[in-house]
Amino acid sequence: MTRRFRPDVDAPIYKGRYYPYDILKEGTIALVVVSLLVVVCATLFGSPDEPAVTLKQWSTAQPLDFASTALAELDGSSGVAGYGPPYNHNADGQQIGPLTLAKWMGVHIPVNAAEDFVLLPLTTLPDEPTLSAGLQEWAAASDAQRTTWLNAYAKGTMTFSAGVIYDTATGDGPVGLFITDLTSMARTGALDADLIAGRGYYTTDYTKPLLFLADGQWFGQLATAQHLGGEQWGMMNEEGNYPGQAWLWLYTMWYQVPPYNSSWSANADAMVWATMMVLTAILALLPFIPGLRSVPRWTRVYRLIWREHYRDEAQRNAAVKDPPSA
Amino acid sequence: MKGEHVAALYALFGALVPLTSPGHYIQWHWIQISVANVVVIFLMIVTFIAALLLPFPGRRRRRGDDK
Amino acid sequence: MSASEIDRQWTTRLRKGLAHHLPAEKLLPDTQPSYVSSWIYVFGVATLASMIVVIGTGCILAIMGPQWWHQSSVGHYVNSLHLWSVEVFFFSMVVHLWGKFFMAAWRGKRQLVWITGVVTFLASVTTAFTGYVSQTNFDSQWISTQAKDGINATGAGAFFNVLNTGQMLMWHILLLPLAAVVLTVLHVLLVRYRGVVPPFELTATDEVHAS
Repeated sequence: MTRRFRPDVDAPIYKGRYYPYDILKEGTIALVVVSLLVVVCATLFGSPDEPAVTLKQWSTAQPLDFASTALAELDGSSGVAGYGPPYNHNADGQQIGPLTLAKWMGVHIPVNAAEDFVLLPLTTLPDEPTLSAGLQEWAAASDAQRTTWLNAYAKGTMTFSAGVIYDTATGDGPVGLFITDLTSMARTGALDADLIAGRGYYTTDYTKPLLFLADGQWFGQLATAQHLGGEQWGMMNEEGNYPGQAWLWLYTMWYQVPPYNSSWSANADAMVWATMMVLTAILALLPFIPGLRSVPRWTRVYRLIWREHYRDEAQRNAAVKDPPSA
Repeated sequence: MKGEHVAALYALFGALVPLTSPGHYIQWHWIQISVANVVVIFLMIVTFIAALLLPFPGRRRRRGDDK
Repeated sequence: MSASEIDRQWTTRLRKGLAHHLPAEKLLPDTQPSYVSSWIYVFGVATLASMIVVIGTGCILAIMGPQWWHQSSVGHYVNSLHLWSVEVFFFSMVVHLWGKFFMAAWRGKRQLVWITGVVTFLASVTTAFTGYVSQTNFDSQWISTQAKDGINATGAGAFFNVLNTGQMLMWHILLLPLAAVVLTVLHVLLVRYRGVVPPFELTATDEVHAS
């Protein structure tokens, strides 16, 4: 039975010589060389380890940014408050055309920004009768009343002095008290402890404190100063002069170019992921894609790789055609 | 004494040329890349080309066997 | 039990199949075709070697616990070894991938070798990523809060929460390395089964005997 030979799909049957090749020895040598290389790089360059930042550091370094973020969590205008799935139902999440993947998966990590980041932590502060009264007032108030308070507070001017947040607002109900007390609480480190250990003594889940942290300006400023921002190809970068996840270059690149950063920007993450999935499928299925699978043959790099084989073959063919006279 | 011991250990395991100083970046239009990543990518390309061009050892000996 | 009954056993069939398709001479060959003569061939083995160093240094970090490397200079050094072995690992794997692409190493029923290689690369990228987000430092705080949007956009964020450090650590030190190792073993076994891809023929051949 014969069929057409497809040079980019079929391989010729090799009938040439075999030579001794000790793969185990090769592997051992590779292991030794790689280990040495790793030891040399680690000894010379080390590795980065910038300590984690805390809400305490944030509220100490930029109390006004912290307080504004706290207000945004309370009035529902923060990134997380309006995020949508998997955190809440306040938006539909990103979509790829008609595909609302995040919405279909649903809310699995419930986050109520106002409750989780502001009101619940405040209830843990002991011996604060004014605050307790304020929290009761808030709980009893209608949504309209709360909105009135929040709008009134936002109209005032926020200042910070002697370790306390002040606001010139009037008619803001308990909102000013909440923001002032939460900022003071954060500055003692108590908010870190509460958000981290909120669900018990042991924890390995940092979702809430990280989401709160990421809603402020300060955290992003720290990262941008280190070239780690999203618009700085941050995903593939690393602190200091260390190489980062350079293999993410293509993924990171889409975020820098239109339409991903222009008309698609609202769904940029979803579109970048969709693009990468398609490209990954192309890479995996390359052997089946006519044209692409011929690139190796057309580029002729293989002639360099197997140049000794082809030289030997040419010599052998020459010898067959023109046998040495006996 | 214990402090000295710890300091000696730290000196032994601390990096000789730590890359912790502020990073260097190359900016060309919308392309921005850290020098460290450029070095890694450049070395990969150089290694690839070198692997194609450099003669593989043992081949001469095998040719000798062949005769 | 009759002989035919024994022959029908799953165990017997598996043993015979393995012995037929992957005899010891194929699994641990002592010779290679003469065309296997280029430095480009060492990068597969270099990737395997660096994977061993990655796993070895990772095991030390696992033995001592996730916070050890922040507090101990020895721990930090082991972390440096782990980081640089990952750099060497990806370095070798990418050069290996380029080499295999330009050889069109999927030829001759080797498509699955190529596919397992690509999938191993993806598993490795994900493993590395979960490592970055379980470092418990500023880097992991920033990378996880940045990456959450991409993963949430795919819907995967519902069960793969990059902000849940404990979950990410489990993926990093158990599930994904397991996947990467299993895929690598499959990839290597397929290479041994099919053999190293022969060179393109220079003379045009239109017919091949399908065996």
